[in-house]
Amino acid sequence: MTIVQAINNALDIKLAEDKTIVVYGEDVGVEGGVFRVTEGLQKKYGSDRVFDSPLAESAIVGAGLGMALSGLRPVVELQFDGFSYPAFNQLISNVSRMHNRSRGMYNVPMVIRFPYGGGINALEHHSESPEAFYAHIPGLKVVIPSTPHDAKGLMIAAIESNDPVVFMEPKRIYRAIKQEVSTEKFSIPIGKANVLTEGSDVTVIAFGAMIRECQKAMVMAKDAGISVELIDLRTIYPIDKETIRNSIKKTGRVIIVAEAPTSFSVGAELMAIANEEAFLHLEAPPKRVMGFDTIVPLAQGESFYMITPDRIFYEIEQTVKF
Amino acid sequence: MIFTDFNPQKDKVLRIIDNKGKVLNKELMPDMDDQTLIQAYRSMLFERVADEMAVSYQRQGRMYTYPPNYGQEAIHIAAGMILRENDWLVPAFRELGVMLAKGVSLKEIFLYYKGNELGSKFSKANHVLPICIPIGSQFLHAAGIGYSIKYTQKDEAVFAFIGDGGTSEGDFSEALNVAGVWKVPVIFTIQNNQYAISVPVKNQTNAINLAVKSMAFGIPGIKVDGNDFFAMYVAYKEALAYARAGKGPVLIEAFTYRKGAHTTSDDPTKYRTKEEELEWDKTDPLNRLKLYMDDKGIQYGDEKKLIEAYKQEGEKQFAEAENIQPYALEDVFKYMYVDTPDDLKQQKEAYEQFLRWKEHKQ
Repeated sequence: MTIVQAINNALDIKLAEDKTIVVYGEDVGVEGGVFRVTEGLQKKYGSDRVFDSPLAESAIVGAGLGMALSGLRPVVELQFDGFSYPAFNQLISNVSRMHNRSRGMYNVPMVIRFPYGGGINALEHHSESPEAFYAHIPGLKVVIPSTPHDAKGLMIAAIESNDPVVFMEPKRIYRAIKQEVSTEKFSIPIGKANVLTEGSDVTVIAFGAMIRECQKAMVMAKDAGISVELIDLRTIYPIDKETIRNSIKKTGRVIIVAEAPTSFSVGAELMAIANEEAFLHLEAPPKRVMGFDTIVPLAQGESFYMITPDRIFYEIEQTVKF
Repeated sequence: MIFTDFNPQKDKVLRIIDNKGKVLNKELMPDMDDQTLIQAYRSMLFERVADEMAVSYQRQGRMYTYPPNYGQEAIHIAAGMILRENDWLVPAFRELGVMLAKGVSLKEIFLYYKGNELGSKFSKANHVLPICIPIGSQFLHAAGIGYSIKYTQKDEAVFAFIGDGGTSEGDFSEALNVAGVWKVPVIFTIQNNQYAISVPVKNQTNAINLAVKSMAFGIPGIKVDGNDFFAMYVAYKEALAYARAGKGPVLIEAFTYRKGAHTTSDDPTKYRTKEEELEWDKTDPLNRLKLYMDDKGIQYGDEKKLIEAYKQEGEKQFAEAENIQPYALEDVFKYMYVDTPDDLKQQKEAYEQFLRWKEHKQ
């Protein structure tokens, strides 16, 4: 399965098992989504369960909240990262707060999913990595898978969560990775990172599409005799401090790889964790290999912005040499 | 139907009694027995007394910022009489009488404005959302609830409220649009009380009125004299029947006047004249209903005694709101998530450690 197919499979399994689930967004019904994540679902489950919404992101999320408060479990799609912002007010002011505002009288079992990230030579607003915005909102959970297997298991966990989950899908690798994924139902817990490769010299923390780039860099590192421990965050918030702390204590070095602008980012949070939780174990300054504090350039300039395996390897080498 | 008879494009207004309580439109006068009418009057009076008490408690420093409802009671009580047990109420924040009608207690209202979120956990009110302060955003929640009702084929409807200023927000238009497309049972009410804090309606829109905005979304809209209890009652009755018949949403502009301030932090003398206020006083909804009943010889009781009794009830409920458990540190954290992240637990523990240090130091 690809990531697209794995998410489709997760939605299919949950739609079949739970009649309170509805799936909607722009072009989600007949077309099956611009990336085909919901392909075939309207045919299978009907147009009252899988449908096109009017082109209005605030309405998609705001109405979804109303559905979640009245017994449904909506899984809504926002078409692109850069189009999640019109819904920001609903997310920050209502979706994330209703459980607290009502002192637990209402839950918000809702998933807000959208493709994110660059590297696909897209138009403006189609290459953004806004995970820090959403992770900064108290009341939301933020999940980003990096493989088809994880995408399926995390999506099932997100749908089953009684808290609202922002589910960001790495569009660059939507179809780039194929993996054997069980068609049975399984879930992966939200809030737990995954140590993909154990190592001893340096910890590399990444998520989403950057995992694959890190793995390529690790081949270079191995040739250079450097042992890298690679952590896939899987969940941005709640962030798995324990796994991060244990790894940094072991290696004494940490590099964070992500596409978003560097400043005030998830990378900044990870730097803080490294300092707060493993200060005395650090043998080199924590390092961020992240996007510039700029807009993602259009196609001709995008290669300057995107983080490549050789750049990650360069930083690994610098950090280990420090 | 009244929604087609009163074309908002021609700025027609549904009005049944005049400012002196005389019936202007006999045909539309609802069939209502004296007891029901007396109950409506008492509910309006109770709302007014409770509202005045809230303002007074705020002035005494016993409550925080509060948005008064004074002058808008006819809308609230008419809606409250039409709403059924399982219908949903999606309030903005100036719908005291509707909330009380749905079973929210005055104690809970007071508790909220005494600065405790527990006032939004309604122990006896079914299907009521907490007040929604981000202007207009609640209209979309109403559309979503409407979708749930339609999807589960329940005999329920949603009563959603917004102010005149809220109609300038994008979410207002998005909600009417999506509710129209989905044909969901939602009764959208604009309480046009003439001001969004200090800004008059003429500075919100160039439209002839606010009800006319419904037309762009292909849904019925009507402008109603919001200070005429009978007109509001008739509008809600027909709106509910329309929603229950599966025909979709409607928009009601309730034309009224905010006799009080926007909130207890606001000073209306900065933006409106005494003359204007006196002019609107003539349309007072409670007074109009009383004049009607006087004219018909309906005995509704000694108002002074009723006010006294309502004050006592209010004081009792305020005392209950004062006597709840003190706000605990735990209450800050425990409702953020159903499944609380370790981070929040650790932040609470760190603060407790600080508290222990502070205690030890003293």
